[in-house]
Amino acid sequence: MWSIFRKEVNGFFSSLIGYISMIVFFLVLGLNLWVFPGNIFDSLYATLESFFATAPWILMFLIPAITMRTLSDEFKSGTFELLATKPISDYSIVLGKFFACLFLWLVTWLPTLLYFVCIKSLNMPGAVMDGGATWGSYIGLFLLGAIFISIGIFASSVTNNQITSFLLGVVLCYLVYDAFFQISNLPVFSGRMDYFIQSLGIGSHYEAISRGVVDTRDLLYFFTVIAFFTIATNTVLEGRKW
Amino acid sequence: MSVVVNGLSKVYGVQRAVDNISFSVENGQILGFLGPNGAGKSTTMKMLACFIPPTSGTALVNGFDILQKSIEVRNSIGYLPENNPLYYDMYVREYLEFAARAFGLKKNIDRKIDDLIGLIGITPEKHKKIGTLSKGYKQRIGLAQALINDPKVLILDEPTSGLDPNQLVDIRQLIRDLGKEKIIIFSTHIMQEVQAVCDRVIIINKGKLVADDSMEQLKNKTLGQAQIEIEFLHPVEIIDIQQLEGVSSVVHVSGNLYRIEGGDGIELRKKLAWFVSEKSNAVTLMKEIDRSLEDIFHNLTQR
Repeated sequence: MWSIFRKEVNGFFSSLIGYISMIVFFLVLGLNLWVFPGNIFDSLYATLESFFATAPWILMFLIPAITMRTLSDEFKSGTFELLATKPISDYSIVLGKFFACLFLWLVTWLPTLLYFVCIKSLNMPGAVMDGGATWGSYIGLFLLGAIFISIGIFASSVTNNQITSFLLGVVLCYLVYDAFFQISNLPVFSGRMDYFIQSLGIGSHYEAISRGVVDTRDLLYFFTVIAFFTIATNTVLEGRKW
Repeated sequence: MSVVVNGLSKVYGVQRAVDNISFSVENGQILGFLGPNGAGKSTTMKMLACFIPPTSGTALVNGFDILQKSIEVRNSIGYLPENNPLYYDMYVREYLEFAARAFGLKKNIDRKIDDLIGLIGITPEKHKKIGTLSKGYKQRIGLAQALINDPKVLILDEPTSGLDPNQLVDIRQLIRDLGKEKIIIFSTHIMQEVQAVCDRVIIINKGKLVADDSMEQLKNKTLGQAQIEIEFLHPVEIIDIQQLEGVSSVVHVSGNLYRIEGGDGIELRKKLAWFVSEKSNAVTLMKEIDRSLEDIFHNLTQR
């Protein structure tokens, strides 16, 4: 697994993929938070709420762009056959790629902690910032990225075309993030199923963690979804043996 | 080291891509895997390399079952897939290092890679990106990654396709050298290659094994008829030649040139020599026509 991990991480940072995706992330969110009209100085509240509300929508496109080639490319160039005939299990291939993408996401995510430090230091003397909510949001954002990665890799496993893989990844990320919430708002479900349907999507769990309450049920949800898509990816790879 | 294949079959839908193939290979044999395109060569090799499982039957590679002990099998073989897939944006060393780590090697990786780079003759290109190399060098990189774990069994799927004549000679020599201490199974559809490299040939057609012999045996078995072209100085009676022992047919080609077919080449040539001296005739030309593997291949796979 670690041989795959190393190869992928080297691939990210020896090509432009790693740097460009980091730059895109900082640029869009940084401008939005600090520069553009409606920025944090206009709002006069020492809170990163707008950052945490925008980030998922950026990640929804950014992460499928990072993961789209993970398996599609291996299928297309035939190198998957090389990997699969090395003494490595299919799970190790999937997990190696998952952790490599997660590593890239981690080094993109870590510097955003500076935002918290900045705002804290800009704070009015004596005023208290809601640290719990902020930490919760950071954890929630990281886990959200992890789910998107597992979805993106799954999307990459079902096709050898990178564009298809990207689009499928975006659609699946959107479905899991927002669609359940939207569906639950349909009048048919109101008062009966709406809470259950909402809890199937990431949105409600992301918000719950963002309030600063790290509930094991929410954590369990994140890990379950990641496991689900990882197993699904592995099943697709095993499919060649049927 | 050994490869024992027992009743291996692969069925795709209704098509039997590989149909009940059995054979075994022991120490230090170079086995040529021959067949027309789509005969099932690659499928068989993919199964031996544990990429896809057989529909039925099984195989033991170095004593490990390809289904039950798949990881051990993969650990003890080197495999070069068809079309030699490579990561074009990786550097030569980087790629070989990855291959070494994929085999779980940890110690002396650098030294192993250096040795291998020397052995396989890629020293002048070792600092380049794989994508910028010529096809011949890419092929060598493909071989190098298959050799990094010093496998006892080497499975090469069309390792020489698309190479120029000089590169062909080099790669064949390399395969012959490696074959001294490994089992090599390699597929091709170039007949001269098999003649030049292999100790033994397996021919498959439409998924079925149609021949499994050493080169010499194969030639004798399938034809058993020597063909000699002979030109006499003076005219001869065709009847006289036909009456010679062992001659099965005589065809008059032109002038005093005849094409004679008979059981055994050496016997036939002896008889003809005596015949010529008895008749006070002389031979201006005599050659045994080498019925090449191509004919055999044609005979076996066109049925």
